[in-house]
Amino acid sequence: MMHLPVQLTWLIPTLPAAAAAVIAVVPARRPGLGAGLALAALAGSLILAVLALGGALADPATRLTHTFTWFAVGHGAIRLGWLLDPLGTLLAVMVAAVGLLIFTFSLGYLREDPRAKQFFCFLSLFAGAMLGLLLANSLLLLFVCWELVGLASYLLIGFWFQRPAAAQAARKAFITTRIGDLGLLLGLVWLQDATGTLLLFDGGRGVLEAEALSTLAGATTVGGLAVSTAIGLLLFCGAAGKSGQVPLHVWLPDAMEGPTPVSALIHAATMVAAGVFLVARVFPLLAADLALPLAPVHALSVVAAVGAVTSLFGAAVAVAQDDIKRVLAFSTVSQLGYMMLAAGTGAWTAAIFHLLTHACFKALLFLGAGSVIHATHHEQDIRRLGGLRERLPVTGATFAVGMMALAGVPFLFSGFWSKEAILHAAHGWAVSQLPFLVALAAVALTAFYMTRLLAEVFAGAPRGHGAETAHESPAVMTIPLVVLAIASVSLGFLGTPWWPWLQRTLDPTFKAEAGGAGLMAVSIALVATGILAGWTRYGRHPRSDARAPDPLARSVPRLHGALAARLGCDELYAATLGRLNAALAAAASALDRSVWDGCVRFLARLGVYAGIVSRETDEKALNGGFNAAGDGLRASGRAYARTQTGDAHGYVWMLAAGFVLLALGALLGEAR
Amino acid sequence: MSPLQACLVFSAALFSLGLIAVLVRSNAILVLLGVELMLNAANLNFIAFWRYGPTPAEGHGVVFVVFALAVAAAEAAVGLALVIALHRHQRNVHLGDARRLHG
Repeated sequence: MMHLPVQLTWLIPTLPAAAAAVIAVVPARRPGLGAGLALAALAGSLILAVLALGGALADPATRLTHTFTWFAVGHGAIRLGWLLDPLGTLLAVMVAAVGLLIFTFSLGYLREDPRAKQFFCFLSLFAGAMLGLLLANSLLLLFVCWELVGLASYLLIGFWFQRPAAAQAARKAFITTRIGDLGLLLGLVWLQDATGTLLLFDGGRGVLEAEALSTLAGATTVGGLAVSTAIGLLLFCGAAGKSGQVPLHVWLPDAMEGPTPVSALIHAATMVAAGVFLVARVFPLLAADLALPLAPVHALSVVAAVGAVTSLFGAAVAVAQDDIKRVLAFSTVSQLGYMMLAAGTGAWTAAIFHLLTHACFKALLFLGAGSVIHATHHEQDIRRLGGLRERLPVTGATFAVGMMALAGVPFLFSGFWSKEAILHAAHGWAVSQLPFLVALAAVALTAFYMTRLLAEVFAGAPRGHGAETAHESPAVMTIPLVVLAIASVSLGFLGTPWWPWLQRTLDPTFKAEAGGAGLMAVSIALVATGILAGWTRYGRHPRSDARAPDPLARSVPRLHGALAARLGCDELYAATLGRLNAALAAAASALDRSVWDGCVRFLARLGVYAGIVSRETDEKALNGGFNAAGDGLRASGRAYARTQTGDAHGYVWMLAAGFVLLALGALLGEAR
Repeated sequence: MSPLQACLVFSAALFSLGLIAVLVRSNAILVLLGVELMLNAANLNFIAFWRYGPTPAEGHGVVFVVFALAVAAAEAAVGLALVIALHRHQRNVHLGDARRLHG
């Protein structure tokens, strides 16, 4: 099989990025051309990524790197590079493949949007940046791509910027992730300062290689933290912002204001997983402090704790949401917490496994939601949906596959296997069993809310006009659903406990452990409980009309109310950070208006007075002299012009007269 | 009267005729003619002083005259072109009408 030379890795991200640049100048009245370009470029990237994956899999232990100098400054040089290893290339293939399906789906979803061209331009930019992020061998290059995907995410959430909610959500996403990125940037600067390089692997001198790791773990900083712990936590700030971890999760549910394919691609399958990818990528750095038993806190413990809190929080809040996309968004938050939990307990391969399967089934669920929204004329409220099983058979069937994969229905569906790997890792974590218990609770909740969602949308009778008149979406939208449904089933078999191919490929030192049968039984029981609870409350007696209260709101109204309000996180931020910011802004404004404006006005007044004085001297004193000189010149010119009669004959006469006078003068002079 | 004197008298008469023509005629072509007469009067003086001068063997005078004739031919071409331009402008060649050079 042909392999991609590592020197040509740059082609993978550049193809979609170049396509974005070309689409930007393609005439807007031919949206088909832009979409075709985007699809072709991403297909090219997919082929190259598959070739790169082939090369990386041929020899998983060696890392193919290609380093080049970006610019030299002083004695050092900033070097960037590309890296082809199983982790990056596997995810690159996933991003390109899921992206291709979602691009195809968008052809149908945005067929009537006049700005479809921009949409494909932004999507291509995103795909290029995301692929660059995955394949970078330098944290700096990774950071550049990281910010680019943030930009693309901002542009796409605010794609329908005419709607104030979308513009607001785009700003919120951008600012919230920026807070995390500040930590990431600080971490990078510190890392560069401590090791002198930001390359991941550089023949023994990279930051993820033994020499740098032992230096970083050996030095301590404030509070007795190892430098590696501090840097790792700063890097994790960026990962937490991007991956919507508590407390920076608030932007992700609001990001659902963007077009649904965007929610599927960026805010479910790929970009939000970048944080998990980053944690997996710098895992050796995060794990470097494990060798220090006396460290006050281990970086990975923080990761596991944040992941556990997030997974439970997302799953609990998702139970009480009424917007089909918000349920999926909080589910994404919860699943990302899962992945962080896995990475924190040391099983980063399980995190990546779950990342891959989650990307497929969450993209499937979001595209299914998009298909529902498209078919019901933009109805997203599950209280007004219902009864879509007969009307949207393909969407319904594939959505059910996605739901079962997410809920972790045993054996057939990929979500079961990846979740199993995470539970196994959490169970085996030596530090604490708390994350394991939290994860078990989240398993039951996930099964419950997904059953609720499926029952509310597809079972029962239609409860709104949009649901009554729904028709199945065109083939260009249903085919990606079917493909993703197949992948949602089959991907799970790459990492079963009996044949952990994926884990072994990612991490050659991975050892499969036996004895998970009891654990598996517990998780199956929890899934069954969740589904059963969801079915008895929502499936068996579907609500009769859109205004009927939620069964949960009847039995536990206060808990339901708190969960529906997302436990008040947004309100808390508005009351604390938002108010602090507003107070600071008001103070700055007052300072500006009273103090600085006064200074500026005083200076301006001085200038005006100086101008008046200058004008008076000019007009009264200086101008008189120049005017007199000018008048004299003009008068003398007029007098001289009078001699220029223009009469040629007159000139000749004067010539002759002059000659006669000269001759007379000469004669008289000679006579004397 | 020596031949030189006769020549000089003749050339002075020729010059005066030319000057009178230049001064009194108002037709531009005739004024040009007068200028030519004056030029040739000067040329005649060159020849006369050379022929009856101290070194008649060397060709100084003839060289002067040939140059002067060549320049005169160029000057006549320019003058006639001016006359044609004048005619285009005012449909005649009357010098009294050409007063656009006044300051």
